[in-house]
Amino acid sequence: MSGSLGRAAAALLRWGRGGGLWSPGVRTAGSGAGGGGGSGSTEHLDALVKKDKVVVFLKGTPEQPQCGFSNAVVQILRLHGVRDYAAYNVLDDPDLRQGIKDYSNWPTIPQVYLNGEFVGGCDILLQMHQNGDLVEELKKLGVRSALLGEDKDQDSK
Amino acid sequence: MELSSHYLREKLQRDLEAEHVEVEDTTLNRCATSFRVLVVSTKFEGKPLLQRHRLVNECLAEELPHIHAFEQKTLTPEQWAREQPK
Repeated sequence: MSGSLGRAAAALLRWGRGGGLWSPGVRTAGSGAGGGGGSGSTEHLDALVKKDKVVVFLKGTPEQPQCGFSNAVVQILRLHGVRDYAAYNVLDDPDLRQGIKDYSNWPTIPQVYLNGEFVGGCDILLQMHQNGDLVEELKKLGVRSALLGEDKDQDSK
Repeated sequence: MELSSHYLREKLQRDLEAEHVEVEDTTLNRCATSFRVLVVSTKFEGKPLLQRHRLVNECLAEELPHIHAFEQKTLTPEQWAREQPK
C-alpha cells in the first residue's frame, strides 16, 4: 500500500497534539433529547444534520478528541478555517452513537455532514482535503476555506 | 466468520472483482480489531468516493460490526497505475 493516506493522517494527528488555539465558534451540542430513545431517532438526527451547514459526529470533542480519526476530522476543519460547526460527541450518548450509524448507513465514527448531506468519514474528508474537493464543497456552502490563496501543497508529499 | 487479513482480502477481491487488494491489520495501533484496506477495481469507475466506500462497506457488511476501526482507500485501475513509482 502506498501509505500516503496513512502518512498524511499521521501528520494531522501530530499537529493536533499541540493543544493551543481553539476558536470560540465551535459548538459542542448535546443530543438534546433527554432520553426515551429520542436522541438516536431519525427525526432528531434529521434535524441535527440540517441545523448547521457543517455537522460532525465525533468520539470526543473538538477540544479533546478521543480517537485519532475524529481528531483528523477536527484538524482538517481547522486547517480550512472552518470555525462555525456543530460537533456531537457520540461517547456521551449510546443512542446517538448507534442512531447516527443507522441513519447514515455508515458503520464508523467520525461522520461528516455538509449542508445536511452525508459526506463520509475521516478517509473521505482527508482525500477531499488533499485533492481540493473540500475547498470546493465549502465554497458551495458559502464558506471560504482559509487555504485559498495559500500554498496548498503544505501537507502533500 | 473469521476476521483475518487473508479472509477480508479474498472477500473484497471476489465481491468487487478487484484488480488489487491490500489488507493491513492495524489492530496493534488501535487496541481493538482494526484494518486498513486498499481496493483497486473497475467497479469504482465513475463513482464518487462515498459510493465507492459504500460498495466496500456492503461487501463487508457482516464483518464491519466486529471491526473497531476501519480505513479504506478505493482506486480505479487507472488511479492505481498513476500512483505507482515511475
